[in-house]
Order: sequence, then structure tokens, then C-alpha cells
Amino acid sequence: MDKFFAFFSFTDPNVRLVTFGTMFLGLSTAAVGSFAFLRKRSLIGDAIAHAILPGIALSFLFFQSKNPFLLMGGALVSGWLAMVSIEYISNKSKLKPDTAIGLVLSVFFGVGILLLTHIQHTGIGNQAGLDQFLFGKAAAIVKQDLYAYGIIAFLLLAVILLLFKEFKLLSFNPDFAQASGLPVQSLRFVLSTITVLAIALGIQSVGVVLMAALIITPSAAARAWTERLSVMMLLAGGIGAFSGLVGSYISFTAPNMPTGPWIVMCLSCIALASLFFSPRRGVLAKLLQQRKNRIKIVSENLLKALYHLQEQSDFQNRHFTEGDILEQRSFSQGDFHTALKKLKKEFWIMPITEKNRFQLSEKGVEEARRVVRLHRIWEMYLTERMRLKADHIHPNAETIEHIITPEIEEQLLEELGYPKKDPHESPIPYKA
Amino acid sequence: MSTEKPALEVHNLTASYQRKPVLWEIDFALPAGKLVGIVGPNGSGKTTLLKNIMGLMQPDGGYVNLFGKKLDEVRQRVSYVPQRESVDWDFPASVLDVVQMGRYRRSNLFKRLSAEDKHVAAEALEKVGMLPYAKRQISQLSGGQQQRVFIARSLAQQADLYLMDEPFVGVDASTEESILTLLSEMKQEGKTVVIVHHDLQTAYDYFDWIVLLNTRLVAAGSKEEVFRSDLLQEAYGGRLTVLSKIGDLISRKDFPIREGEFKEKEGLGDG
Repeated sequence: MDKFFAFFSFTDPNVRLVTFGTMFLGLSTAAVGSFAFLRKRSLIGDAIAHAILPGIALSFLFFQSKNPFLLMGGALVSGWLAMVSIEYISNKSKLKPDTAIGLVLSVFFGVGILLLTHIQHTGIGNQAGLDQFLFGKAAAIVKQDLYAYGIIAFLLLAVILLLFKEFKLLSFNPDFAQASGLPVQSLRFVLSTITVLAIALGIQSVGVVLMAALIITPSAAARAWTERLSVMMLLAGGIGAFSGLVGSYISFTAPNMPTGPWIVMCLSCIALASLFFSPRRGVLAKLLQQRKNRIKIVSENLLKALYHLQEQSDFQNRHFTEGDILEQRSFSQGDFHTALKKLKKEFWIMPITEKNRFQLSEKGVEEARRVVRLHRIWEMYLTERMRLKADHIHPNAETIEHIITPEIEEQLLEELGYPKKDPHESPIPYKA
Repeated sequence: MSTEKPALEVHNLTASYQRKPVLWEIDFALPAGKLVGIVGPNGSGKTTLLKNIMGLMQPDGGYVNLFGKKLDEVRQRVSYVPQRESVDWDFPASVLDVVQMGRYRRSNLFKRLSAEDKHVAAEALEKVGMLPYAKRQISQLSGGQQQRVFIARSLAQQADLYLMDEPFVGVDASTEESILTLLSEMKQEGKTVVIVHHDLQTAYDYFDWIVLLNTRLVAAGSKEEVFRSDLLQEAYGGRLTVLSKIGDLISRKDFPIREGEFKEKEGLGDG
């Protein structure tokens, strides 16, 4: 607990710097990752992340320095090389893109590990910390490096801001972009370059192995909440930043813990929760919708049963008991009570308490007539337009009556010419 | 004077996928101001032809002129409607977003769209009857509505020549009707519209000019000239056996489609 307060009070300037730095890296990586996500390049992101390792190692071997700009330069070159190789292999050979990605990923990563091991054995000075590129360690980033990474992250965001609309079109419909005369080759080049750089940045916090998660997961989570690209990118950035915060907290409190896995854990939790709770696409929303449909179906069926009872008595008898209704149509115990509750709540039925009976209210009659009308005009449609025989149409109409919207109703009536009777010669009840 | 030039001229165009030729020496010219159908069976290279015209593929031989010029010189006068299924409609964008993409040009790179751009996009939406849906997410559109959005995006480019890839596939009757109305309006404004279409039944009613294709050019001309049973039989009666065999050989044995030293006359259309 003490550590928690020590960390979140941000009194230690070093803690402050590294934390905000890591958050900023997470933010820009996630924002750039949105385009990779939308272009369905998740796996290429993973391959590039692995392919960056030999670039970093070679740059260190060559310059004998951990200068962040030099390391980033190496990362950029090998990340780029990997991307070009993937494209070349999948275009020029019969190998499928996933094979090309797998091939490039493992070859580059293998070379990277070899070089890293070599560096550790030669004992070149100040090599400590290079292995942290594997799993990431936020707390190990030095202050000066952080400034450099911050500048690069800032540049990436600026490029996205400037070319937002072009990148949007490039992600949605590249052929159209090219046909419109946009410099698609250059745009692709810029987008690829910032993607490689973003991946190289993200490696500082999560490491090579788990980098794909930082590129893709924030966008996947954000996509669940919005239908707007700009909002999605902001959200993804926020999620990336928050995970950076969690990661660096853990890096500070438990120095032996690698940062990457914790950031990824945090991201995954947010993504899972998003997929579950998403208002439009989520599992929960789907369950709720299904429940709503169920209630609508049973209560409309109940209304219809009441209407049929009225119809059978030539609209003389208007009060019915529960037994009357269940005789007219069978309902399961639970459904029956759900439907009754709903009908009472909407004031579609009025209970006549002393006799334990129900009566349709005026509004209820209107609603019941609507359902019966939909059922019967749909039966007309099935016989007239789909040429179904009169004894085959009822089951289908039982379902579709609950689905037809007022718009479709209007269209159906127009197409059928406002028929008076359904195929079974029952009158179609129009609005009073 | 530019009205005398054909709107589109395809000269000895040969194109291939993975070295396998799918279009052989296609050669025709289309007059301006017509509704043109590119008609042929599945796999006859219709879309490939469109992609070559739009510079989305590099031909192995031959060239294309638009209004007597190279594509890059007349980009602003040409607009392309890709196949509806070629994009992921689950992309986070609204109808208006997509139509405004028609206004993205090299000239407004890095910039926001101007008020005029937005006005033109809204007008294009109005023309296809989709303005009430401007704010709607594209993932919620029906097939017909998606197609109308794509056409509106193309209208927003205010071009003279439109190339549309299968705009009638999978659309409802009312969309089909509204596209046809729109096409006749465009024709009246003197625009040229070239449409890839696979349905022979409707082709005669829809178009005034027809290009009949089956990996090679079978016929190109006014519909009265082209709609002859022998020509239709030729186009829809399967591919030429020898041609397919040679295509396979080129692809399998890695032969060149044009010999390297053979220099093509690049007609710039000026003379």
C-alpha cells in the first residue's frame, strides 16, 4: 500500500518522468496501431516487432552505444527490411502471406537472439539492458532516452494528425485512393515507416515478444465502443496510456517483474471487458436484446390471444380469465407471467380485480389489432408474392409478425393494395 | 476539339495475374457521352480491364488513353467505382465520411476539406437519395444503400468519365431503378459511363454501347451491332482452347508476354 501511494503521489521526479513517458509511448503506439488494425495487418505488426531485434543488436555492435536515435535507426532498417521481404515473398512466390510472415518473423528473430547472445558473451561495455528489449522494462529506461523517444512519439502523432484523412481512405479502400490520384505509394511508405517506428517505441515498454498486443489490442478494445475512427483512435491511445501506467507501476514496485506481460495483461482485461460490455457489438448487449425480443414476442402473443378471444365472441365478450387465455394459446408458466406483467405495465390490459378477469384497454386493443394485422398481411404476402399454399404460411407468419417495422408494414400494405381479408378469409383489422 | 477524341481508347492491352494472361490484346475505343456496358461471363477479365484502365494494374503490353491523354493528365476527369464487396463495410465511418472521400485529392493533401468540398459531397448524396442517411454508420447499410454510397462518392468527384464495377450486383429493385435514372441523367449531362456488367439479360436495356469480352475482345460497338446471336455465342460459349493452353505455357514456363526488345509505339494521342 505504501508503495502504491509513493508511486501515485508522483513526488519522485524520476517516477513521474518515466511513468508519463511510458504512458506517452503507449498512447502513440496504440494510435498508430489503429491503422494496422483497420488494414488487418495485425500479424505483420508482430513480425516487424520481432524483426526489429537484430536491427537494435547490430546497431549496438556497430556503434558500441545505446544512443536511442542510433538504436531506433537500426530498428527502423531491420523492421523495414522485414516488411519489404514479407511483401516480396507473398507477391513473387506461391507462398501465402501467413507463411511469408511466419518465415520472416522466425528468421529475423532467430538472428536477433543470436546477436544478443553474442553481445552478452563478448562483454562489450555498457551492454546491460539490451536484453530488456525482449520483455520490456519500463523502469529501466533512462531519462535522456526518454526524451528522445518522446520526441519520436510526438512526431508520429503529428504525422497521423496531418495525414489523417488520407490514411483513413488508404485503410478503407486503397484502390479508390490510387484511382483518385493520391500518391498511394508515398502514403504507404509513410504509414509503414511510422508503424515500424511505433513498434520500435512500444518495445521499450512491452518488449519484442508481446509487441503485437500493444499495436492491436487497444484498437480492438476501442472499436467495441465507437463507430467513429477519430474517437476510436483517441480511445485506443487512452487505453495504451493507461496500460503503460499499470506497467510502470508494477515495474517500480516489483523490480524483478518484466513490464511487458503486465501491460499486456492489463490490455487484455480491458479488451475482454470491452467485447463483453460493448453497447452494440458486445455479448451482454446481445443477451439483453434477445431477452427484449423474447418479452416482445410473448406479450404480443398474449395480446393476440386476447384479440382472438374477442373475435370468437364477435366482440361481445370482453372480459377473460387466465384460464380462458391459456385455453386459447399455451404459454409456459414463466412466459405467461412475464407477458402479463409487461401488458399491465404498458396499460394494455386492465385487471377487473373482483372477478379475476382481464380486459384489453383501448390502447391494448390498438396494439393487438396491429399484431393481428401484421400476421395477416404477412400471410397475404407469403401467398401472393412467394406463392406458398395457404396451409403452409401460418408458422412463418407467427415469427415474422413480431419483426415487421411500421415502415415495412406500410410498404407491404402498399404492395398488396390494402387487402380486406387474409388467405384464410379472416378480416384484416386496420387502424381504427 | 477534345470532344472528337474518344473518351476511352484501349490499345492492344494484354494483362496477367501471376504471369498468367487474363486479357489478350484488347483493342477498342469508346465515344464520349454514351452508357457503355462491358459484358462477359464470369472470369472473362472485366474487372481486370477496369483495373488496367484505372492504372491499378500495370499491363504487360499495350496502353490506355483517356480523352486522348494519359491517365495522370486527366485524373480529375475520371472517376472509379470499385466493386462493393472489395471493401470491409465494418469500417468505422459514416455515410458522409465515405462520400467525402471522393473529394480527397492530391491538391488537398495534409489539409481539411473545404466548405465547398462538403457541399459537393452532400449534393452527391442527395442525387442518389441517401442524404437522410448521411450520419448513418456504413456497417448498417443494406447492399443497395452501400452501392448508392459508392456511386455518390464517385459523383462527388465531378468527373466526365465514370468507370463502375458491377454496380447492379446484389441490389434491390428500387436501387436498380434509381441507379438507372441517375445514369440517364448523367448521359444527358454529356458524361460517359462505363459499367462492368455480367448479366446479358439486362445489358441490352441498360446500355447504348457494348463491349463484349471473354479474355479476348469479342466485339465492341453500338448494342444493335453487338447483340448478334453469333457474337453472344462466341462470348458466352467458353474460352478458346488454344488461347488457354498458351496462357498456361506462358505462366508455367516463364515465357515473356512481350519480347524485351519489342518497343511499342506509345501513342500519346496528340497527333
